[in-house]
Amino acid sequence: MYRYDEFDARIVKDRVEQFRGQVNRRLSGELLEDEFKPLRLQNGVYLQLHAYMLRVAIPYGQLNGAKLRRLAEVSTKYDRGYGHFTTRQNIQYNWVGLKGIPDALNDLAEVEMHAIQTSGNCIRNVTSDHFAGAAADEVMDPRPWCEIIRQWSTFHPEFAFLPRKFKFAVTAAAADRAAIAVHDIGLRIVKRGEAVGFEVYVGGGQGRTPLLAVLVNDFVPEAELLDYLEAIMRVYNRHGRRDNKYKARIKILVQELGPEEFTRQVEAEYAAQHPHEKIDLPQAEIDRIHAYFAPPAFDAEDGTAAFEAAKAAEPDFAQWAEVNLHPHKQAGHASVTVSLKPIGGAAGDATDRQMEIVAGLAERYAYDDIRVSHAQNLVLPHVPVKHLYAVWQALDAAGLATPNESLITDLIVCPGLDYCNLANARSIPVGQAVQKVFADPKYQREIGRLHINISGCINACGHHHVGHIGILGVDRKGEEFYQISLGGRADEKAAIGAIAGPALKGEDVPGAVKRIVDTYMSLRTSPDELFIDTLERVGADPFKEALYAAA
Amino acid sequence: MPLLKNGAEIENVWLFLDQDREEELKPDQAVTLPLARFLEQAESLAGRNAPVGVRLVPEDDPSHLEPFLEWIQLVEVSFPKYTDGRGYSQAQLLRRRHGYRGELRAVGHVLRDQIFYMNRSGFDAYETARADLPSVLQALNEFRDAYQPAADGRVPVFRARHGT
Repeated sequence: MYRYDEFDARIVKDRVEQFRGQVNRRLSGELLEDEFKPLRLQNGVYLQLHAYMLRVAIPYGQLNGAKLRRLAEVSTKYDRGYGHFTTRQNIQYNWVGLKGIPDALNDLAEVEMHAIQTSGNCIRNVTSDHFAGAAADEVMDPRPWCEIIRQWSTFHPEFAFLPRKFKFAVTAAAADRAAIAVHDIGLRIVKRGEAVGFEVYVGGGQGRTPLLAVLVNDFVPEAELLDYLEAIMRVYNRHGRRDNKYKARIKILVQELGPEEFTRQVEAEYAAQHPHEKIDLPQAEIDRIHAYFAPPAFDAEDGTAAFEAAKAAEPDFAQWAEVNLHPHKQAGHASVTVSLKPIGGAAGDATDRQMEIVAGLAERYAYDDIRVSHAQNLVLPHVPVKHLYAVWQALDAAGLATPNESLITDLIVCPGLDYCNLANARSIPVGQAVQKVFADPKYQREIGRLHINISGCINACGHHHVGHIGILGVDRKGEEFYQISLGGRADEKAAIGAIAGPALKGEDVPGAVKRIVDTYMSLRTSPDELFIDTLERVGADPFKEALYAAA
Repeated sequence: MPLLKNGAEIENVWLFLDQDREEELKPDQAVTLPLARFLEQAESLAGRNAPVGVRLVPEDDPSHLEPFLEWIQLVEVSFPKYTDGRGYSQAQLLRRRHGYRGELRAVGHVLRDQIFYMNRSGFDAYETARADLPSVLQALNEFRDAYQPAADGRVPVFRARHGT
């Protein structure tokens, strides 16, 4: 993974001191709350329903043992002993005091972490494939370019006060696990012969106007990437709407101009760049950053026999291995999903003790590499097959081995009205109630891959638009209702789900989901036909009928 | 309102000329005009004996100034709200795209914590009611390094690392 050099370390340290000064000026009254707000937001500090919330950046979701252990310590020392992993692969602490935040940031800086630009109208944490560097289907590891983008976008002086927040996602794999189509800029790394370049998609997003990104350029050579991104950002900064925050994202600019005109403006701005304006990243720097992401020295021992024996002896392990492992490009290895979705839990939450356990497992068995997935789980990307049983035992003992990766109980759920001051409805209890209907692991496996995403308001932090089944909390005269949508997906066939009909009461949601699933089970041609494929084949009508049948 | 430039507080001798103040104008008064008025009157303004400048609002396209940048002495970029970041792009364009070398002044809602970014984007003067000289000097030095090239000409980290 990337390691800070003296420059990176100094920038983060300077940031801690700058923010300490800003907090002191706020506490002394020199800064008005109105003036402080955008400053604290650019450092991930929100004022939530009950307390300040601190969001810490986990660039492209990568951690190691020392970092995760420090995240655990921060939760013990400054919060209530747990953290919440988010769909942007970050972590949030929900109960921190403003005064303690500069010290927490200082503790994080010691392990090369920060909260820079985790909120505010600026370029946010760059997200990526949680199996990057491990997946068999990637053309290259996308993390070096994520890191290059991270550095370029950190304290970019021109793009700190954009019309609205701005999110990048990068993938390099055939299967899109980074949801690039629903990002402000989505990048797919491709190769033409030996030449590396980027497909550049712009203007995707969720929220109240869900839109898929449009292809603006099908091959930007790697050496020109940052200059091309500057051109896009400048067009947006100058022309994005600022009169209405709900129309301020770049997706609205792309739609209002039309994709052709938007692309023309970007190309014109790009063509106008003088040679002295070019970033001209030295090849030595590109190589330096790539070198940090060299694969670990993989263990050559073939542990398959022991793995198979353990599966035969321990059905729970076999079941977990069937669901929570992902194929690895290196023989004798697998990527492990550490489920943060126990039945009846809060999606994405981990206690300090759980974080410490995962940190220890990574160090002991998994080349000290840990990821956060945008589906709010943790991942050990490189685990020798011979260690899988030991890893599972430790995870199981810590409540981290729920066998549900990408199954119906692996829900994406925003914090909702239990924490968030934007929410209209609670998300967590609805998610828990749905999970309970499908708690039986065997039943979940029979159903197969099915993504349910829940948001407590139209801002769509729970990605309901791209859930195979989406659930959106709405407020109707002070009462919580839930709107169901069908057919969304966040992968390489990205689609926005269509609303199925009138909203339901919270207590009716689990039954409604059950009827949708029953309908699927009765209509599918074989167990290999996934819910989303059956839906595509037969259309939404039978599901809508079932949804409202007994409600 | 304090005007800060080159590490000092200086007197503001410039007058922003909105529509109805032309009558009272003294011949040696340095003035800035809104972009549209400036473009209309550029020819006659060029012959003036007193310094002339322009004040941009966020919607303005700074490329219109390109033919005049050799002789205008001040461009004021206004920030009606400090959360409106268009002025940073205007500044970068003026400095890096169009080669403007005169004074570039941030006016309006200019706060201490924006001045670092403003300086990097090419501003060299700040008219601000909300920051005094010591705090502005402090703000300019809060970061010792920068990841990106910008109008301030700082060597970005990716070059400093390789000594190029």
